[in-house]
Amino acid sequence: MKYAKEKQLFSHEHMLYLKRRRRRQAVVWTLRVALLVFLLAAWELVTTVFGWVDPFFMSSPSRIARTIASLYAEGTLFYHIGVTLAETLVGFAIAVIVGYGVALALWASETLRKVLEPYIVVLNALPKIALGPLIIIWFGTGSEAIVFMTVLVGVIVATLHMLSAFIATDKNKVLLLRSMGASKWQILYKLVVPSSLASFISMLKVAVGMSWIGSIMGEYIVSRAGLGYLIVYGGQVFKLDLVMSATVILCILAAGMYFLVVLLEKAIVKNAES
Amino acid sequence: MKKQMLRFSRVSLIYHTKHGETTAAENLSLTVDEGEFVAIIGPSGCGKTTLLSLAAGLLKPSAGTVETGGSCGYMLQKDELFPWRTIEKNIYLPLEVKRQNTPEHRERARSLAVKYGLGDFLQSYPSELSGGMRQRAALIRTLATDPDILLLDEPFSALDYQTRLNVCDDVSAIIRSEGKTALLITHDISEAISLADRVLVLTKRPAHVAYEHRMDFGDVQKPLRRREMPQFSGWFETLWKELNQ
Ligand SMILES: Nc1ncnc2c1ncn2[C@@H]1O[C@H](COP(=O)(O)OP(=O)(O)O)[C@@H](O)[C@H]1O
Ligand SMILES: [Mg+2]
Repeated sequence: MKYAKEKQLFSHEHMLYLKRRRRRQAVVWTLRVALLVFLLAAWELVTTVFGWVDPFFMSSPSRIARTIASLYAEGTLFYHIGVTLAETLVGFAIAVIVGYGVALALWASETLRKVLEPYIVVLNALPKIALGPLIIIWFGTGSEAIVFMTVLVGVIVATLHMLSAFIATDKNKVLLLRSMGASKWQILYKLVVPSSLASFISMLKVAVGMSWIGSIMGEYIVSRAGLGYLIVYGGQVFKLDLVMSATVILCILAAGMYFLVVLLEKAIVKNAES
Repeated sequence: MKKQMLRFSRVSLIYHTKHGETTAAENLSLTVDEGEFVAIIGPSGCGKTTLLSLAAGLLKPSAGTVETGGSCGYMLQKDELFPWRTIEKNIYLPLEVKRQNTPEHRERARSLAVKYGLGDFLQSYPSELSGGMRQRAALIRTLATDPDILLLDEPFSALDYQTRLNVCDDVSAIIRSEGKTALLITHDISEAISLADRVLVLTKRPAHVAYEHRMDFGDVQKPLRRREMPQFSGWFETLWKELNQ
Protein backbone atom coordinates (compact mmCIF):
# COMPACT_ATOMS: atom_id res chain seq x y z
CA MET A 1 0.00 0.00 0.00
CA LYS A 2 1.22 3.50 -0.86
CA TYR A 3 0.61 6.79 0.87
CA ALA A 4 0.77 10.21 -0.66
CA LYS A 5 2.66 12.96 1.09
CA GLU A 6 3.53 16.20 -0.63
CA LYS A 7 2.69 14.65 -3.98
CA GLN A 8 5.23 11.90 -3.34
CA LEU A 9 4.50 8.24 -2.74
CA PHE A 10 6.07 6.48 0.21
CA SER A 11 6.11 2.82 1.15
CA HIS A 12 4.32 1.56 4.23
CA GLU A 13 7.66 1.05 5.93
CA HIS A 14 8.68 4.65 5.32
CA MET A 15 5.40 5.90 6.78
CA LEU A 16 6.09 3.85 9.91
CA TYR A 17 9.57 5.35 10.07
CA LEU A 18 8.15 8.87 9.81
CA LYS A 19 5.62 8.06 12.51
CA ARG A 20 8.34 6.79 14.85
CA ARG A 21 10.32 9.93 14.20
CA ARG A 22 7.39 12.17 14.98
CA ARG A 23 6.70 10.22 18.14
CA ARG A 24 10.30 10.58 19.29
CA GLN A 25 10.11 14.32 18.68
CA ALA A 26 6.88 14.54 20.65
CA VAL A 27 8.54 12.73 23.56
CA VAL A 28 11.46 15.15 23.53
CA TRP A 29 9.16 18.16 23.57
CA THR A 30 6.97 16.75 26.33
CA LEU A 31 10.02 16.10 28.49
CA ARG A 32 11.38 19.56 27.85
CA VAL A 33 8.17 21.22 28.99
CA ALA A 34 7.81 18.78 31.89
CA LEU A 35 11.31 19.64 33.10
CA LEU A 36 10.49 23.36 33.07
CA VAL A 37 7.21 22.82 34.93
CA PHE A 38 8.98 20.59 37.44
CA LEU A 39 11.72 23.16 38.11
CA LEU A 40 9.23 26.00 38.50
CA ALA A 41 7.02 23.92 40.77
CA ALA A 42 9.94 22.81 42.93
CA TRP A 43 11.14 26.41 43.18
CA GLU A 44 7.69 27.61 44.21
CA LEU A 45 7.30 24.77 46.71
CA VAL A 46 10.61 25.16 48.55
CA THR A 47 10.18 28.93 48.85
CA THR A 48 6.54 29.94 49.21
CA VAL A 49 4.65 26.75 50.09
CA PHE A 50 6.99 24.88 52.46
CA GLY A 51 9.06 27.88 53.39
CA TRP A 52 12.33 25.87 53.48
CA VAL A 53 14.22 28.68 51.81
CA ASP A 54 13.56 32.35 52.39
CA PRO A 55 12.15 33.82 49.14
CA PHE A 56 14.11 36.94 50.06
CA PHE A 57 17.24 35.09 48.90
CA MET A 58 15.78 33.01 46.09
CA SER A 59 12.65 34.84 44.97
CA SER A 60 9.98 32.52 43.54
CA PRO A 61 8.07 32.07 40.29
CA SER A 62 4.92 33.67 41.67
CA ARG A 63 6.86 36.65 42.99
CA ILE A 64 8.63 37.01 39.66
CA ALA A 65 5.31 37.00 37.87
CA ARG A 66 4.00 39.63 40.26
CA THR A 67 7.10 41.78 39.83
CA ILE A 68 6.82 41.67 36.05
CA ALA A 69 3.13 42.51 36.30
CA SER A 70 3.83 45.52 38.50
CA LEU A 71 6.61 46.72 36.17
CA TYR A 72 4.05 46.48 33.42
CA ALA A 73 1.49 48.36 35.48
CA GLU A 74 4.01 51.12 36.21
CA GLY A 75 4.60 51.32 32.47
CA THR A 76 8.37 50.77 32.78
CA LEU A 77 8.54 47.13 31.64
CA PHE A 78 8.68 47.82 27.92
CA TYR A 79 10.79 50.91 28.46
CA HIS A 80 13.59 48.85 30.06
CA ILE A 81 13.20 46.05 27.53
CA GLY A 82 13.25 48.57 24.69
CA VAL A 83 16.41 50.28 25.94
CA THR A 84 18.37 47.03 26.27
CA LEU A 85 17.00 45.58 23.06
CA ALA A 86 17.90 48.69 21.08
CA GLU A 87 21.44 48.80 22.50
CA THR A 88 21.92 45.11 21.81
CA LEU A 89 20.57 45.24 18.27
CA VAL A 90 22.49 48.36 17.28
CA GLY A 91 25.69 46.95 18.79
CA PHE A 92 25.08 43.61 17.10
CA ALA A 93 24.52 45.21 13.70
CA ILE A 94 27.62 47.40 13.95
CA ALA A 95 29.77 44.51 15.19
CA VAL A 96 28.62 42.24 12.36
CA ILE A 97 29.03 44.85 9.62
CA VAL A 98 32.39 46.14 10.84
CA GLY A 99 33.63 42.59 11.55
CA TYR A 100 32.68 41.47 8.06
CA GLY A 101 34.30 44.49 6.46
CA VAL A 102 37.54 44.19 8.41
CA ALA A 103 37.68 40.47 7.63
CA LEU A 104 37.33 41.27 3.92
CA ALA A 105 40.14 43.80 4.10
CA LEU A 106 42.36 41.34 5.94
CA TRP A 107 41.53 38.64 3.39
CA ALA A 108 42.39 40.95 0.52
CA SER A 109 45.78 42.02 1.85
CA GLU A 110 48.16 39.51 3.32
CA THR A 111 50.46 42.30 4.42
CA LEU A 112 47.69 44.00 6.37
CA ARG A 113 46.85 40.63 7.93
CA LYS A 114 50.43 40.08 9.04
CA VAL A 115 50.73 43.61 10.40
CA LEU A 116 47.52 43.52 12.40
CA GLU A 117 47.77 39.94 13.64
CA PRO A 118 49.38 40.67 17.04
CA TYR A 119 46.95 43.54 17.69
CA ILE A 120 43.97 41.35 16.98
CA VAL A 121 45.31 38.58 19.19
CA VAL A 122 45.76 40.99 22.09
CA LEU A 123 42.36 42.64 21.59
CA ASN A 124 40.75 39.23 21.45
CA ALA A 125 42.38 38.09 24.68
CA LEU A 126 41.73 41.34 26.55
CA PRO A 127 38.76 41.22 28.94
CA LYS A 128 36.73 44.08 27.49
CA ILE A 129 35.36 45.04 30.89
CA ALA A 130 38.82 46.34 31.74
CA LEU A 131 38.07 49.18 29.35
CA GLY A 132 35.01 50.20 31.39
CA PRO A 133 36.46 53.38 32.93
CA LEU A 134 37.87 54.48 29.58
CA ILE A 135 34.52 53.99 27.92
CA ILE A 136 32.80 56.09 30.58
CA ILE A 137 35.31 58.89 30.08
CA TRP A 138 35.06 58.75 26.29
CA PHE A 139 31.35 58.16 25.83
CA GLY A 140 29.75 59.27 29.09
CA THR A 141 27.12 57.18 30.79
CA GLY A 142 24.48 57.05 28.09
CA SER A 143 23.50 54.44 25.55
CA GLU A 144 26.51 55.27 23.34
CA ALA A 145 28.83 53.77 25.93
CA ILE A 146 26.80 50.60 26.08
CA VAL A 147 26.59 50.25 22.32
CA PHE A 148 30.34 50.76 22.15
CA MET A 149 30.88 48.01 24.72
CA THR A 150 28.57 45.71 22.75
CA VAL A 151 30.47 46.37 19.53
CA LEU A 152 33.78 45.84 21.29
CA VAL A 153 32.74 42.45 22.61
CA GLY A 154 31.30 41.25 19.29
CA VAL A 155 33.48 42.73 16.60
CA ILE A 156 36.69 40.77 17.16
CA VAL A 157 34.88 37.46 17.25
CA ALA A 158 32.95 38.38 14.09
CA THR A 159 36.18 39.41 12.34
CA LEU A 160 38.13 36.29 13.27
CA HIS A 161 35.21 34.01 12.42
CA MET A 162 34.74 35.49 8.93
CA LEU A 163 38.46 35.78 8.24
CA SER A 164 39.02 32.08 8.84
CA ALA A 165 36.06 31.31 6.56
CA PHE A 166 37.40 33.59 3.80
CA ILE A 167 40.86 32.10 4.04
CA ALA A 168 39.44 28.58 3.88
CA THR A 169 38.03 29.26 0.39
CA ASP A 170 38.82 26.32 -1.89
CA LYS A 171 42.22 27.03 -3.49
CA ASN A 172 41.36 25.12 -6.63
CA LYS A 173 38.22 27.15 -7.20
CA VAL A 174 40.30 30.32 -6.85
CA LEU A 175 42.74 28.86 -9.37
CA LEU A 176 39.86 28.11 -11.72
CA LEU A 177 38.61 31.69 -11.54
CA ARG A 178 42.12 33.04 -11.99
CA SER A 179 42.55 30.89 -15.09
CA MET A 180 39.44 32.63 -16.46
CA GLY A 181 41.17 35.94 -15.81
CA ALA A 182 39.05 36.91 -12.81
CA SER A 183 39.98 40.02 -10.82
CA LYS A 184 40.32 39.92 -7.05
CA TRP A 185 36.97 41.67 -6.84
CA GLN A 186 35.33 38.99 -8.99
CA ILE A 187 36.90 36.21 -6.93
CA LEU A 188 35.45 37.94 -3.89
CA TYR A 189 31.83 38.20 -4.93
CA LYS A 190 31.59 35.17 -7.18
CA LEU A 191 33.34 32.75 -4.83
CA VAL A 192 34.51 33.97 -1.43
CA VAL A 193 31.25 35.57 -0.28
CA PRO A 194 28.83 32.85 -1.42
CA SER A 195 31.03 29.98 -0.25
CA SER A 196 31.28 31.51 3.24
CA LEU A 197 27.51 31.88 3.68
CA ALA A 198 27.27 29.01 6.16
CA SER A 199 30.04 30.55 8.25
CA PHE A 200 28.25 33.89 8.10
CA ILE A 201 25.18 32.31 9.70
CA SER A 202 27.22 30.61 12.40
CA MET A 203 28.99 33.93 13.01
CA LEU A 204 25.59 35.60 13.50
CA LYS A 205 24.71 32.97 16.10
CA VAL A 206 27.91 33.61 18.02
CA ALA A 207 27.48 37.37 17.67
CA VAL A 208 23.97 37.26 19.13
CA GLY A 209 25.36 35.78 22.33
CA MET A 210 28.25 38.24 22.36
CA SER A 211 25.94 41.23 21.93
CA TRP A 212 23.91 40.31 24.99
CA ILE A 213 27.09 39.88 27.00
CA GLY A 214 28.28 43.27 25.77
CA SER A 215 25.08 45.22 26.38
CA ILE A 216 24.42 43.80 29.86
CA MET A 217 28.07 44.28 30.82
CA GLY A 218 27.81 47.86 29.56
CA GLU A 219 24.67 48.46 31.59
CA TYR A 220 26.37 47.06 34.68
CA ILE A 221 29.04 49.70 34.34
CA VAL A 222 27.18 52.82 33.33
CA SER A 223 23.48 52.73 32.75
CA ARG A 224 20.40 54.36 34.20
CA ALA A 225 17.93 52.16 32.34
CA GLY A 226 17.60 48.72 30.80
CA LEU A 227 17.48 45.14 32.03
CA GLY A 228 21.13 45.16 33.12
CA TYR A 229 20.39 48.29 35.13
CA LEU A 230 17.40 46.58 36.79
CA ILE A 231 19.64 43.66 37.74
CA VAL A 232 22.32 45.87 39.24
CA TYR A 233 19.82 48.10 40.97
CA GLY A 234 17.87 45.10 42.31
CA GLY A 235 21.10 43.64 43.65
CA GLN A 236 22.09 46.84 45.40
CA VAL A 237 18.78 47.24 47.22
CA PHE A 238 18.42 43.50 47.86
CA LYS A 239 15.34 43.13 45.67
CA LEU A 240 16.01 39.63 44.42
CA ASP A 241 12.59 39.53 42.78
CA LEU A 242 13.65 42.32 40.47
CA VAL A 243 17.00 40.64 39.69
CA MET A 244 15.30 37.35 38.83
CA SER A 245 12.55 39.02 36.80
CA ALA A 246 15.02 40.90 34.63
CA THR A 247 17.08 37.74 34.19
CA VAL A 248 14.04 35.76 33.07
CA ILE A 249 13.12 38.45 30.54
CA LEU A 250 16.72 38.43 29.29
CA CYS A 251 16.59 34.67 28.77
CA ILE A 252 13.42 35.04 26.72
CA LEU A 253 14.81 37.89 24.60
CA ALA A 254 18.14 36.16 23.95
CA ALA A 255 16.38 32.95 22.97
CA GLY A 256 14.04 34.92 20.69
CA MET A 257 16.92 36.63 18.91
CA TYR A 258 18.73 33.34 18.43
CA PHE A 259 15.54 31.85 17.08
CA LEU A 260 15.28 34.69 14.53
CA VAL A 261 18.77 33.86 13.27
CA VAL A 262 17.76 30.22 12.92
CA LEU A 263 14.72 31.35 10.90
CA LEU A 264 17.00 33.45 8.72
CA GLU A 265 19.24 30.42 8.22
CA LYS A 266 16.26 28.30 7.13
CA ALA A 267 15.12 31.01 4.72
CA ILE A 268 18.58 31.26 3.18
CA VAL A 269 19.00 27.51 2.85
CA LYS A 270 15.57 27.24 1.22
CA ASN A 271 16.40 30.11 -1.09
CA ALA A 272 19.68 28.50 -2.10
CA GLU A 273 17.88 25.26 -2.92
CA SER A 274 15.15 26.73 -5.08
CA MET B 1 53.07 24.28 -41.98
CA LYS B 2 50.36 24.41 -39.38
CA LYS B 3 49.88 27.30 -37.04
CA GLN B 4 51.44 26.78 -33.62
CA MET B 5 49.03 27.37 -30.77
CA LEU B 6 51.52 26.99 -27.96
CA ARG B 7 55.28 27.26 -27.81
CA PHE B 8 57.60 26.85 -24.83
CA SER B 9 61.18 27.91 -25.64
CA ARG B 10 63.83 26.88 -23.13
CA VAL B 11 61.51 27.61 -20.22
CA SER B 12 62.67 27.37 -16.62
CA LEU B 13 60.62 27.90 -13.52
CA ILE B 14 61.86 28.16 -9.96
CA TYR B 15 59.56 28.20 -6.94
CA HIS B 16 60.84 30.18 -3.99
CA THR B 17 59.67 29.39 -0.47
CA LYS B 18 60.91 30.03 3.03
CA HIS B 19 62.58 26.64 3.06
CA GLY B 20 64.45 27.01 -0.20
CA GLU B 21 63.93 26.88 -3.90
CA THR B 22 62.50 24.20 -6.15
CA THR B 23 63.33 24.10 -9.82
CA ALA B 24 60.14 22.69 -11.30
CA ALA B 25 61.07 23.09 -14.96
CA GLU B 26 64.38 23.57 -16.70
CA ASN B 27 65.11 24.16 -20.36
CA LEU B 28 61.69 22.94 -21.31
CA SER B 29 60.79 23.32 -24.97
CA LEU B 30 57.67 22.08 -26.71
CA THR B 31 55.11 23.09 -29.30
CA VAL B 32 51.47 22.28 -29.88
CA ASP B 33 49.97 22.75 -33.36
CA GLU B 34 46.50 24.02 -34.09
CA GLY B 35 43.91 21.23 -33.80
CA GLU B 36 46.41 18.85 -32.26
CA PHE B 37 45.78 16.76 -29.15
CA VAL B 38 49.00 16.46 -27.16
CA ALA B 39 49.36 14.41 -23.99
CA ILE B 40 52.14 14.91 -21.50
CA ILE B 41 53.10 12.19 -19.06
CA GLY B 42 55.60 12.39 -16.27
CA PRO B 43 56.25 11.08 -12.78
CA SER B 44 54.23 12.73 -10.04
CA GLY B 45 55.75 15.91 -8.68
CA CYS B 46 57.88 16.45 -11.79
CA GLY B 47 56.27 19.75 -12.72
CA LYS B 48 53.27 18.90 -14.92
CA THR B 49 50.80 21.21 -13.20
CA THR B 50 53.46 23.91 -13.24
CA LEU B 51 53.73 23.51 -16.99
CA LEU B 52 49.98 24.07 -17.43
CA SER B 53 50.02 27.09 -15.13
CA LEU B 54 52.74 28.53 -17.31
CA ALA B 55 50.71 27.85 -20.43
CA ALA B 56 47.64 29.48 -18.87
CA GLY B 57 49.68 32.54 -17.94
CA LEU B 58 49.10 32.01 -14.21
CA LEU B 59 52.86 31.82 -13.70
CA LYS B 60 55.63 33.75 -15.40
CA PRO B 61 58.67 31.71 -16.43
CA SER B 62 61.91 32.40 -14.57
CA ALA B 63 63.72 32.07 -17.92
CA GLY B 64 62.71 31.41 -21.51
CA THR B 65 59.44 32.31 -23.19
CA VAL B 66 55.92 30.95 -23.36
CA GLU B 67 53.87 31.98 -26.39
CA THR B 68 50.24 31.17 -27.00
CA GLY B 69 48.30 31.59 -30.22
CA GLY B 70 44.96 32.20 -28.60
CA SER B 71 42.86 32.07 -25.47
CA CYS B 72 43.13 29.21 -22.97
CA GLY B 73 40.52 27.19 -21.14
CA TYR B 74 41.69 25.39 -18.02
CA MET B 75 40.15 22.19 -16.71
CA LEU B 76 41.19 20.84 -13.35
CA GLN B 77 41.39 17.43 -11.76
CA LYS B 78 38.10 17.87 -9.93
CA ASP B 79 35.11 19.47 -11.60
CA GLU B 80 35.16 22.46 -9.18
CA LEU B 81 31.55 23.25 -10.01
CA PHE B 82 30.13 25.81 -7.57
CA PRO B 83 27.58 23.93 -5.42
CA TRP B 84 25.32 26.98 -4.99
CA ARG B 85 24.91 27.45 -8.74
CA THR B 86 22.84 25.33 -11.10
CA ILE B 87 24.66 23.54 -13.91
CA GLU B 88 23.45 26.25 -16.29
CA LYS B 89 24.78 29.04 -14.07
CA ASN B 90 28.04 27.15 -13.62
CA ILE B 91 28.45 26.97 -17.36
CA TYR B 92 27.89 30.74 -17.66
CA LEU B 93 30.54 31.46 -15.01
CA PRO B 94 33.45 32.10 -17.42
CA LEU B 95 31.15 34.31 -19.52
CA GLU B 96 30.38 36.41 -16.46
CA VAL B 97 34.02 36.63 -15.46
CA LYS B 98 35.13 37.64 -18.94
CA ARG B 99 32.23 40.07 -19.32
CA GLN B 100 30.88 38.19 -22.32
CA ASN B 101 27.59 37.42 -20.62
CA THR B 102 25.46 38.35 -23.63
CA PRO B 103 22.37 36.44 -24.83
CA GLU B 104 24.28 35.17 -27.88
CA HIS B 105 27.17 33.79 -25.83
CA ARG B 106 24.80 32.27 -23.31
CA GLU B 107 22.84 30.65 -26.11
CA ARG B 108 26.02 29.19 -27.57
CA ALA B 109 27.10 27.75 -24.21
CA ARG B 110 23.60 26.43 -23.59
CA SER B 111 23.37 24.70 -26.93
CA LEU B 112 26.78 23.08 -26.32
CA ALA B 113 25.40 21.69 -23.05
CA VAL B 114 22.29 20.42 -24.77
CA LYS B 115 24.29 18.95 -27.65
CA TYR B 116 26.46 16.99 -25.25
CA GLY B 117 23.70 15.53 -23.13
CA LEU B 118 23.37 18.01 -20.29
CA GLY B 119 20.04 19.46 -21.46
CA ASP B 120 18.00 17.73 -18.77
CA PHE B 121 20.40 18.77 -16.04
CA LEU B 122 20.70 22.50 -16.70
CA GLN B 123 18.50 23.42 -13.75
CA SER B 124 20.01 20.78 -11.46
CA TYR B 125 22.62 21.43 -8.83
CA PRO B 126 26.03 19.74 -9.11
CA SER B 127 25.31 17.50 -6.11
CA GLU B 128 22.48 15.89 -8.08
CA LEU B 129 24.81 14.72 -10.87
CA SER B 130 27.10 11.71 -11.09
CA GLY B 131 30.86 12.23 -11.11
CA GLY B 132 31.03 11.61 -14.84
CA MET B 133 28.25 14.07 -15.62
CA ARG B 134 29.85 16.68 -13.42
CA GLN B 135 33.16 16.36 -15.23
CA ARG B 136 31.29 16.71 -18.52
CA ALA B 137 29.66 19.87 -17.19
CA ALA B 138 33.11 21.13 -16.22
CA LEU B 139 34.27 20.57 -19.80
CA ILE B 140 31.27 22.44 -21.23
CA ARG B 141 32.04 25.29 -18.81
CA THR B 142 35.61 25.32 -20.15
CA LEU B 143 34.27 25.43 -23.71
CA ALA B 144 31.70 28.15 -22.96
CA THR B 145 34.00 31.01 -23.91
CA ASP B 146 35.16 29.17 -27.01
CA PRO B 147 38.85 29.01 -26.04
CA ASP B 148 41.46 28.19 -28.67
CA ILE B 149 43.48 25.84 -26.45
CA LEU B 150 42.20 23.47 -23.79
CA LEU B 151 44.54 22.80 -20.91
CA LEU B 152 43.52 19.63 -19.07
CA ASP B 153 45.21 18.76 -15.77
CA GLU B 154 44.57 15.08 -15.04
CA PRO B 155 40.85 15.64 -15.59
CA PHE B 156 39.89 11.99 -15.07
CA SER B 157 42.03 11.03 -12.11
CA ALA B 158 39.35 11.75 -9.50
CA LEU B 159 36.88 9.34 -11.16
CA ASP B 160 36.53 5.62 -10.57
CA TYR B 161 37.86 3.30 -13.29
CA GLN B 162 34.59 2.50 -15.07
CA THR B 163 33.48 6.14 -15.15
CA ARG B 164 36.94 7.21 -16.18
CA LEU B 165 36.91 5.11 -19.36
CA ASN B 166 33.50 6.49 -20.34
CA VAL B 167 34.21 10.12 -19.51
CA CYS B 168 37.53 9.82 -21.32
CA ASP B 169 35.60 8.72 -24.42
CA ASP B 170 33.07 11.54 -24.02
CA VAL B 171 35.65 14.23 -23.53
CA SER B 172 37.71 13.02 -26.45
CA ALA B 173 34.64 13.00 -28.71
CA ILE B 174 33.60 16.51 -27.63
CA ILE B 175 37.06 18.00 -28.07
CA ARG B 176 37.55 16.33 -31.47
CA SER B 177 34.15 17.36 -32.79
CA GLU B 178 34.66 20.94 -31.65
CA GLY B 179 38.04 20.85 -33.40
CA LYS B 180 39.90 22.16 -30.37
CA THR B 181 43.60 22.16 -29.68
CA ALA B 182 44.26 20.31 -26.43
CA LEU B 183 47.12 19.79 -24.05
CA LEU B 184 46.41 16.97 -21.60
CA ILE B 185 48.48 16.29 -18.51
CA THR B 186 48.28 12.83 -17.02
CA HIS B 187 50.28 10.26 -15.13
CA ASP B 188 48.21 7.46 -16.68
CA ILE B 189 50.11 6.02 -19.65
CA SER B 190 47.12 4.29 -21.25
CA GLU B 191 45.07 7.47 -21.06
CA ALA B 192 47.76 9.35 -22.96
CA ILE B 193 48.05 6.69 -25.66
CA SER B 194 44.30 6.33 -26.14
CA LEU B 195 43.59 10.07 -26.38
CA ALA B 196 46.48 11.88 -28.00
CA ASP B 197 47.96 12.52 -31.43
CA ARG B 198 51.32 13.00 -29.83
CA VAL B 199 52.73 12.00 -26.44
CA LEU B 200 55.54 13.83 -24.65
CA VAL B 201 57.40 12.16 -21.79
CA LEU B 202 58.82 14.43 -19.11
CA THR B 203 61.85 13.70 -16.98
CA LYS B 204 61.86 13.75 -13.21
CA ARG B 205 62.05 17.22 -11.67
CA PRO B 206 63.20 19.62 -12.98
CA ALA B 207 61.00 18.73 -15.91
CA HIS B 208 61.96 18.87 -19.53
CA VAL B 209 60.83 16.81 -22.50
CA ALA B 210 62.76 13.53 -22.64
CA TYR B 211 60.89 11.68 -25.41
CA GLU B 212 58.30 12.50 -27.99
CA HIS B 213 56.13 10.04 -29.95
CA ARG B 214 53.53 10.45 -32.66
CA MET B 215 50.73 7.93 -32.14
CA ASP B 216 49.98 5.71 -35.16
CA PHE B 217 46.36 4.69 -34.82
CA GLY B 218 45.40 6.02 -38.26
CA ASP B 219 41.95 7.57 -38.17
CA VAL B 220 40.94 5.86 -34.97
CA GLN B 221 40.36 8.52 -32.32
CA LYS B 222 37.93 6.77 -29.99
CA PRO B 223 39.89 5.90 -26.83
CA LEU B 224 38.04 2.66 -26.12
CA ARG B 225 38.77 1.39 -29.66
CA ARG B 226 42.41 2.41 -29.48
CA ARG B 227 42.78 0.37 -26.33
CA GLU B 228 41.80 -2.74 -28.30
CA MET B 229 44.27 -2.19 -31.14
CA PRO B 230 47.51 -4.20 -31.39
CA GLN B 231 49.80 -1.12 -31.32
CA PHE B 232 48.45 -0.16 -27.93
CA SER B 233 50.45 -2.58 -25.81
CA GLY B 234 53.63 -1.78 -27.74
CA TRP B 235 53.26 1.91 -26.96
CA PHE B 236 52.43 1.11 -23.37
CA GLU B 237 55.65 -0.85 -22.98
CA THR B 238 57.77 1.84 -24.62
CA LEU B 239 56.33 4.66 -22.53
CA TRP B 240 56.43 2.60 -19.36
CA LYS B 241 60.16 2.08 -19.81
CA GLU B 242 60.81 5.71 -20.62
CA LEU B 243 58.80 6.88 -17.66
CA ASN B 244 60.64 4.62 -15.24
CA GLN B 245 64.17 5.45 -16.26
N1 LIG C 1 53.38 27.10 -5.25
C1 LIG C 1 54.47 26.32 -5.08
N2 LIG C 1 55.46 26.72 -4.24
C2 LIG C 1 56.55 25.94 -4.06
N3 LIG C 1 56.75 24.76 -4.64
C3 LIG C 1 55.81 24.31 -5.49
C4 LIG C 1 54.62 25.06 -5.74
N4 LIG C 1 53.85 24.35 -6.60
C5 LIG C 1 54.53 23.23 -6.88
N5 LIG C 1 55.70 23.19 -6.22
C6 LIG C 1 56.72 22.12 -6.31
O1 LIG C 1 57.09 22.01 -7.65
C7 LIG C 1 57.19 20.64 -8.04
C8 LIG C 1 56.29 20.36 -9.21
O2 LIG C 1 54.93 20.50 -8.82
P1 LIG C 1 53.74 20.19 -9.81
O3 LIG C 1 53.89 21.00 -11.03
O4 LIG C 1 52.47 20.36 -9.05
O5 LIG C 1 53.96 18.64 -10.14
P2 LIG C 1 53.00 17.57 -10.81
O6 LIG C 1 51.77 18.25 -11.27
O7 LIG C 1 53.78 16.97 -11.90
O8 LIG C 1 52.69 16.53 -9.77
C9 LIG C 1 56.84 19.83 -6.80
O9 LIG C 1 58.02 19.38 -6.21
C10 LIG C 1 56.14 20.79 -5.91
O10 LIG C 1 56.40 20.50 -4.56
MG1 LIG D 1 49.70 17.97 -10.70
